[in-house]
Amino acid sequence: MSRTLSIFRREFQGYFATPVAYVFIVIFLFLTGLFTFYIGAFYERGQADLEPFFRYHPWLYMLLIPAISMRLWSEERKSGTLELLLTLPISLAEAVVGKFLAAWAFTAIALALTFPLWLTVNYLGNPDNTVIAAGYLGSLLMAGGFLAIGSCISALTRNQVVAFVISFVVCFGFNLSGFPLVLDFFSGWAPQAVVDAVSSFSFLTHFNSIQKGVIDLRDIIFFTSLIAVWLYANMLAIESGKGH
Amino acid sequence: MENLIEVRDLHKRFGSLTAVDGVSLSIPRGEVLGFLGPNGAGKSTTMKMITGFIAPTSGSVAICGHDVGSDALAAKRKIGYLPEGAPAWGEMTPASFLDFIADIRGLSGAHKANRIKEVVAKINLGGVLSQSIETLSKGFKRRVGLAQAILHDPEVLILDEPTDGLDPNQKHEVRALIKEMAPNKAIIISTHILEEVDAVCTRAAIIARGRLLFSGTPHELQAKSAKHNAVTLTVASTHAAEIGSRLGELPEVLRVESHAQAEGRTRITALSRNGGVIFDVIQTAVQQHGWPVAELFVEPGHLDEVFRTITMGAQTPGEVPHS
Repeated sequence: MSRTLSIFRREFQGYFATPVAYVFIVIFLFLTGLFTFYIGAFYERGQADLEPFFRYHPWLYMLLIPAISMRLWSEERKSGTLELLLTLPISLAEAVVGKFLAAWAFTAIALALTFPLWLTVNYLGNPDNTVIAAGYLGSLLMAGGFLAIGSCISALTRNQVVAFVISFVVCFGFNLSGFPLVLDFFSGWAPQAVVDAVSSFSFLTHFNSIQKGVIDLRDIIFFTSLIAVWLYANMLAIESGKGH
Repeated sequence: MENLIEVRDLHKRFGSLTAVDGVSLSIPRGEVLGFLGPNGAGKSTTMKMITGFIAPTSGSVAICGHDVGSDALAAKRKIGYLPEGAPAWGEMTPASFLDFIADIRGLSGAHKANRIKEVVAKINLGGVLSQSIETLSKGFKRRVGLAQAILHDPEVLILDEPTDGLDPNQKHEVRALIKEMAPNKAIIISTHILEEVDAVCTRAAIIARGRLLFSGTPHELQAKSAKHNAVTLTVASTHAAEIGSRLGELPEVLRVESHAQAEGRTRITALSRNGGVIFDVIQTAVQQHGWPVAELFVEPGHLDEVFRTITMGAQTPGEVPHS
């Protein structure tokens, strides 16, 4: 536990030792603003809620989370620090979880910095703050899901650009898995059960129900188990990639 | 004496490539093993298996009695490891890097602060503690890696090319440091600098194509040299032909090599027939004939020659080069 914490701390400080953190946060805040006010028509809707803010998070994360996760393991592999890290007296799980939690905490900070929107909407009207809290929770869980995917893919390659592109495509797939674009690909040949399973993986569906204020245990379980499965795959990816 | 490092019949295959092919080593406390071999011979792969970074295809490694495969954490606690190229997180400073390693190693409080202070002083990192590692010179980066490896005062030290990229003074310092630590630890250093073996190692092992070809003391390694116990004389070139042929007639001498030097001098080397001492025989001959000799000394045996003979022999069987 304390070793996971040491890894977490090192990793988390690492974000702020380079311009990565600041660039990411500025771009994230800029884009959330852009989507909320221009595309989401925050003012024009005349409703005191953050629906136009949360609605675009799956798309924003699909682009930005791979930019955070791409370096998680591919950089360690490329620079040789993977060997240093994994010959220290820690387990692989501690290393994977520590690094993942640091990346997640970092996105949580970026997300928390959107609080002026929450202040604004409370100033302008009387929003249902429990719905907004649910939205933030759902958004954070979804970010964790994307991060776990990106972390695993980053462990498969030494090349950060490759990690970014593949993570982007996989995240895109998870966003769209409830849409015809993805489902048609499966429905031609796969049994209906598979098609239903694929469509149930849609981040959009699970996120939408949470951000409407309906905190369904199934949605929470979906995201947490998805994180667990991808982090486990992450461990296998590191194990198989060592020494090459 | 107990063996702190026990490597039994280690094999590693990557697909069809056999990187390590049956390496066994036993290293007790107090021993410094110089691990020699050409690039790509399997030195680093062996070290990666000893430290538990990669799993062997077959064979086992025990560190202070803990199996690296089944009791990995206990084994890793006992090891200090400098991986190939001394990797470190570039955005960290040596201070924060050592602090992190100390945390992971379970050092805390005053003990942690003392250890860091001691190691920083020992390795001369004081001047660069708050500079980011990526901006440091190659020599300093290597020293940061070394500091990390010895921070918890481990019983087993595995150092992959610890002096690579250091200048001669730094090399000397690092060797002195290794020697100083040697009595209480079992140490493996890999190197392709042969003088290093002479300077710090109590044992040498040569590996090529994944196989252990030689294991013994540096002295035994030198004794394998054709030039071991050979005697070299420097004489005026005008006398060289006569002296050379006379020496060649001695029963103890296998053959004579002569190389012309500057200023009208020739260097004659008489090789010992059975590797035994021939210095007294040569000296007697010199005195008998009254040859004017400018220099007369015993060759210690050339490690690089032995190294070439052993490793080239493994690469191209049947084509062992004679020098």
